[in-house]
Amino acid sequence: MRSLKPLVPTLYIVFLMLPIYWLLNMSFKTTNEILGGFTLWPHNFTLANYRTILTDSTWYMGYVNSLAYVLMNTVISVTVALPAAYAFSRYRFLGDKHLFFWLLTNRMAPPAVFALPFFQLYSAIGLFDTHIAVALAHCLFNIPLAVWILEGFMSGVPKELDETAFVDGYPFWKFFIRIFLPTIAAGIGVACFFCFMFSWVELLLAKTLTSVDAKPIAATMTRTASTSGYELGLLAAAGALTIVPGAVVITFVRNYIAKGFALGRV
Amino acid sequence: MSARTVNQKAWWLVLPVVALVAFNAVIPLMAVVNYSVQETFGNNEFFFEGVRWFQQVMQSARFREALQRQLLFTAIVLVIQVPLGVAIALAMPRTGIGVSICLVLMAMPLLIPYNVVGAMWNIFALPDIGLMGHGLIALGFDFNYTRQPLAAWITLVTMDVWHWTSLVVLLTYAGLSAIPDAFYQAARIDGASKWAIFRHIQLPKLKHVLLIAVLLRFMDSFMVYTEAVVLTGGGPGNATTLLSIDLVKTALGQFDLGPAAAMSLIYFLIILLLSWLFYTVMTRDDAK
Amino acid sequence: MAQIHLRALRHSYRARPRDEVMADWALRELNLDWRNGGAYALLGPSGCGKSTLLNIVSGLLRPTHGQVLFDERDVTGLEPGERNIAQVFQFPVVYDTMTVADNLAFPLRNRGLPEPQVRSRVREIAALLDLEATLDQRAAGLTADGKQKISLGRGLVRADVAAILFDEPLTVIDPHLKWRLRSKLKELHQRLGVTMIYVTHDQTEALTFADQVVVMDNGQVVQAGTPVELFERPRHTFVGHFIGSPGMNLLPCEIDAAGVARFDGHAVPTAVADASAARGKLTQIGVRPEHLRFARAGETGLPVAIERTSDLGRVTVVDARHGEQLIKVLVAEAGHLPSRDASLVFDMRHTQVYADGWIVE
Repeated sequence: MRSLKPLVPTLYIVFLMLPIYWLLNMSFKTTNEILGGFTLWPHNFTLANYRTILTDSTWYMGYVNSLAYVLMNTVISVTVALPAAYAFSRYRFLGDKHLFFWLLTNRMAPPAVFALPFFQLYSAIGLFDTHIAVALAHCLFNIPLAVWILEGFMSGVPKELDETAFVDGYPFWKFFIRIFLPTIAAGIGVACFFCFMFSWVELLLAKTLTSVDAKPIAATMTRTASTSGYELGLLAAAGALTIVPGAVVITFVRNYIAKGFALGRV
Repeated sequence: MSARTVNQKAWWLVLPVVALVAFNAVIPLMAVVNYSVQETFGNNEFFFEGVRWFQQVMQSARFREALQRQLLFTAIVLVIQVPLGVAIALAMPRTGIGVSICLVLMAMPLLIPYNVVGAMWNIFALPDIGLMGHGLIALGFDFNYTRQPLAAWITLVTMDVWHWTSLVVLLTYAGLSAIPDAFYQAARIDGASKWAIFRHIQLPKLKHVLLIAVLLRFMDSFMVYTEAVVLTGGGPGNATTLLSIDLVKTALGQFDLGPAAAMSLIYFLIILLLSWLFYTVMTRDDAK
Repeated sequence: MAQIHLRALRHSYRARPRDEVMADWALRELNLDWRNGGAYALLGPSGCGKSTLLNIVSGLLRPTHGQVLFDERDVTGLEPGERNIAQVFQFPVVYDTMTVADNLAFPLRNRGLPEPQVRSRVREIAALLDLEATLDQRAAGLTADGKQKISLGRGLVRADVAAILFDEPLTVIDPHLKWRLRSKLKELHQRLGVTMIYVTHDQTEALTFADQVVVMDNGQVVQAGTPVELFERPRHTFVGHFIGSPGMNLLPCEIDAAGVARFDGHAVPTAVADASAARGKLTQIGVRPEHLRFARAGETGLPVAIERTSDLGRVTVVDARHGEQLIKVLVAEAGHLPSRDASLVFDMRHTQVYADGWIVE
């Protein structure tokens, strides 16, 4: 039985890699080759698709836009979540349990429900088609998640640390930034990772709130599919490139994944 | 958790969060509630309709069918992903270079934008240019997910399993890593079998993590939209039209604001209710 | 019950340890014999290898070299479940979902014992450990010391258990409950006569529990002996320093031509009449604070200046200085304390000479 054990994760990983391989496969072919016949690997290997994307501003701006609002959202979400998580972790106040639960319910909000209302709301305040609009909209579900994660990590830090600092005369914010935050550095990393992840992958709201200036890469991809017919090779390359930021981030935080998915509470 | 002191000034720390979330949650929700009880004939004229839209939605066969499909989808997906995820986590290496490799590769599907996931599988399952589609045809199956409802469901479920099982795996793996070695050592000393170890040590310690996993998967599969719509567009026909797909079709497609709003509220309430049940069970165990 | 022999034991955690590199090895050449039914302690600082040694005895670890013998039977390759030992860990290990009774019954049921036997044995052990009242409660609900008792009970429940191994079992117990559990362990040992091996870094625990203490440092046994032996005649400066509170004073010394030990020129009477054999090595005089006293009127001794006194209740610790050297002296409550300058008198029988750390006989 022991020799079978590595087989399970291996088979699973192969299963996971197949569609990704297929995408990469198509990205290195011309659309003609793709539609011409079925080949398991590119017979006429070409980098033309990638070249187009990296040189054509209508394409690469899609990535820039996406990265822009994702990073904005991560910074905003984690920054406001930090003091709030501290409050939940250290204090009891009127309505705290209900507030916490209300925050979690926003994680349960179907984006489909909010698509149209968000469109109207952000148009009404003149933020339609801006990066900040998407960044703010994603706060709906990312802030509760960040608060949940950070509160879990903060609860693992003994209150004695705070009390010692206050007795030593530290003003609150100095203590918070100089002493407290470094102790939960791992938690901050985890929260950033999850905010990045859920903002990067969410597309319904991102598409709804943008049109030209802040158009995310997803919208660019659908445009290609509908207007110029199926430029499959190009689409595949665009898709493959969307995997890159995620792969990079995950390699950096791989040591924290186990800790992170524990959400500090397991 | 050591005792927390009562301090109403903590509200200042929480204020930015409340402001941002409320802005995004309360205002749109109010708008939705507003629409759900009104009728509009364009021209920005609104007439109060009371619960008419809610009745219409609840009685509409279309909504009920979409709800049924959604419940079926969520049930299938949970039944596959949770045991599969746990089994994979149990089989993963605990130490060594294999750990990093496993974690990074397994996490990849989770980081792909939903539309790319849908597009990948859209092509992957096509009979002429997709590896899976072509492969199944080569094996003798008459597989065409754009025409056959069953094939569409199989593709949809497989895509979701491919996309999300890793979440269960990573959560479970984290939970397993948190079990101190001493428990396994004691079990060895007590002469316990592998099954006994799973039943008496691992499973009880995983309970909290598993509840989180089931809750997250329930919520997210109930809300699934982009990847499903890019894959099948809800078809063939409306064979795979799940709740959110139906909702967006109604709201953005037909611009039936009233029924769409009513449907939104019902949709949201269903998720809230079922999630609240899970949450209660989870925290009840904590308090014990 | 069994006699336990450890032969030529060496262990490294590295995949390919190098013989010449000492740091590669967690345990270096070790030979130990434990007789049946004794109470032993493995004492040493963190990282000295005591837990490694314990895990080798229990079978959780397979030694790189060497053998473990139970009653002449080579068990080196056997799994813990096959060795019939019990181990109590640093923090309580209980099966949360089961009742206290089921926890205690677990090892017996795994061995396929008939149910009536299991139940009676469980009741017996529960009575011994004062757990009877909680038998039907869920194990998860007990306090830390209750859970440790369950862990202990799981070990005792097997009548033929070869030895019970303890890996710092009182770590998570409340201080005021520690002594209760310690006394319980001693009582159990006296009643049941089971071989008990107790790993700790706390000398009080070791010295009060064990008949024989094995002091370890850096993967080696430094000295094995009764608590009295370790205290009165430490064979290594490490033992002298580690045991006792405060530990032994170590004064650098020279051995002159006549074999007399001299500290800073002053001749010090030692238990070793002729220490010439130690010449050429790094020599030290070792004497415990308990075995020094201040000279009375008319007596001569080593001149020192008193720096500080700390009143610890029944005794007073005096820090005395001679040149660069700080010497600690223990004075009983009623003892006489000079004010500033004084002379120290050494108790010759308890003043040892150490060469390169080892005692000179």
